[in-house]
Amino acid sequence: MASTRFKENAVKYVLLGTATASILIVILIFLFLGKEAFPFLFDPGFSELLGSRWTPVSFVKETFGIYPLVTGSFLITLLATALSVPIGVCGAIYISEIARNTEKEFFKPFIELLAGIPSVVIGFFGLVVLAPIVKSVFNLSSGLTALTGALLLALMAIPTIITISEDAIRSVPRSYKDASLALGASKMQTIWKVTVPASFSGIIAAVMLGMGRVIGETMAVMMVTGNAPLISANPLESVRTMTATIAAEMGEVPFGSDHYRALFWVGLVLLILTFTLNMISMKVLKKYRMQ
Amino acid sequence: MAVISLGCSGSEKKSETQNQLLIKGSDTMVHLGSSWAEAFMNMHKDIEVSITGGGSGTGIAALLNGTTDICMASREIKDKEMKMAAEKNISPREFVVARDGIAVVVNPANPLNEATVEQIGKIYTGQYTNWNQLGGPDQDIIILSRESSSGTYVFFQEHVLGKKDYTPNARLMPATASIIQTVKADKWAIGYVGLGYALEAGEEVKILAVDDGSGPVLPNMETVKSGAYSISRPLYLYTNGNPAGLAKEFIDFCMDPQGQQIVERTGYIKVTE
Repeated sequence: MASTRFKENAVKYVLLGTATASILIVILIFLFLGKEAFPFLFDPGFSELLGSRWTPVSFVKETFGIYPLVTGSFLITLLATALSVPIGVCGAIYISEIARNTEKEFFKPFIELLAGIPSVVIGFFGLVVLAPIVKSVFNLSSGLTALTGALLLALMAIPTIITISEDAIRSVPRSYKDASLALGASKMQTIWKVTVPASFSGIIAAVMLGMGRVIGETMAVMMVTGNAPLISANPLESVRTMTATIAAEMGEVPFGSDHYRALFWVGLVLLILTFTLNMISMKVLKKYRMQ
Repeated sequence: MAVISLGCSGSEKKSETQNQLLIKGSDTMVHLGSSWAEAFMNMHKDIEVSITGGGSGTGIAALLNGTTDICMASREIKDKEMKMAAEKNISPREFVVARDGIAVVVNPANPLNEATVEQIGKIYTGQYTNWNQLGGPDQDIIILSRESSSGTYVFFQEHVLGKKDYTPNARLMPATASIIQTVKADKWAIGYVGLGYALEAGEEVKILAVDDGSGPVLPNMETVKSGAYSISRPLYLYTNGNPAGLAKEFIDFCMDPQGQQIVERTGYIKVTE
């Protein structure tokens, strides 16, 4: 009797342990980043981070303004979102509401395949195929632009957006649609006036998760955006993202130097941004599940 | 066999046994180092040579901490590092084992064939933004550079930019191959790469002749060796004190004709015959 209860408890605690492990890891990552980044606040000081130039290697004066990196990441994220949302959401509507079963079976594996392509392969495709196309379409002198990066990222966000929006759209109760159709609305009217509004919060959550994927993506962006730390809202200019900066510079930075700590700040800002995006999308998702 | 070295705080420690050699440092030299190691191990079957990159700074730090036998560096040891070495009772000994030329490359469609060091510096610091400022056509210059973690970036900054900062407009490419790829694709781009890579790219890129005041010189094995081509640098090996035993054998091998042959084969320039 006692041994059964002991076993039960043991299993319970093991399961509890595995469940809390991920929370613990997140907290530890935050603490670690904070610990490495913290000394930067005293020397050379927090204001250094707010500058507009990122020149970590210099014989004159090293500056660690993360502003161009943050604007770079934002520009790419916004562009990629603007490109991927219409395609992703419309695709999800088609697959869940209009497509026949055979069509669904045809589309789904391809979407899953797209989600599974390694980002370095997408980046290589971007460098060799997409960049020259962007260059000739806009008549630029170089195809390594924010737009090229955003196009690739849109490609990577679309599967996420389609899969989660489709879930949301499919979970709209049959009775809503039946009611609309019974009132004489056409199929299209039902989709746009009833189904999509009813699943709206789910679609928003899908977009948020897609953005989370985009802002954290590194390799593909690093290969095609040119990585020049410019502050610009022009999609046809080169940009440097936070992720690419960490990936490119962390390798050879002297341990414990200002540059090293500044990179941890970049990581911290990035983590806070993705964390916030995820929190918002979780809240929104929860709301639509309760409806 | 296992000798525990006391007073070594790091988890790695310098090999104490006579059949293992640790070499660490410059990423530029990893390819060269492993080619040497391979040939060296072919001659001495019972010896194991391990080569790791991480950058010249990392390599020198490892030498100071006693976690490597030989350090590879694509730059000279800094005064600051020498001071640290003195504190730690370490006396770095320097060997120039090869030379590396840095070629400035443009697209073959670019009419420009030569430039002065000053002009190239002005392009990279952002004073020149259009090819017509160098007597070329009215086209914006696309500036390509390596990432700031690269030893080549720092060398170029010191010797061509006159220690000034790169313009923020410079596109920082993650690898030499992407500079070559971009120069090939973008008609008005300019970039810099190790001579070996530039020669390998052949007709796909155009190597500029560089003028440091005594006339334009094209980089090749001879001009880099004689010093006539100005954008070149020595590649170093460092040991703690005079090398002995295996380390000495390895450095001797690097300097002998066979080792220098490997230098040439990997795209660098020999320092001895």
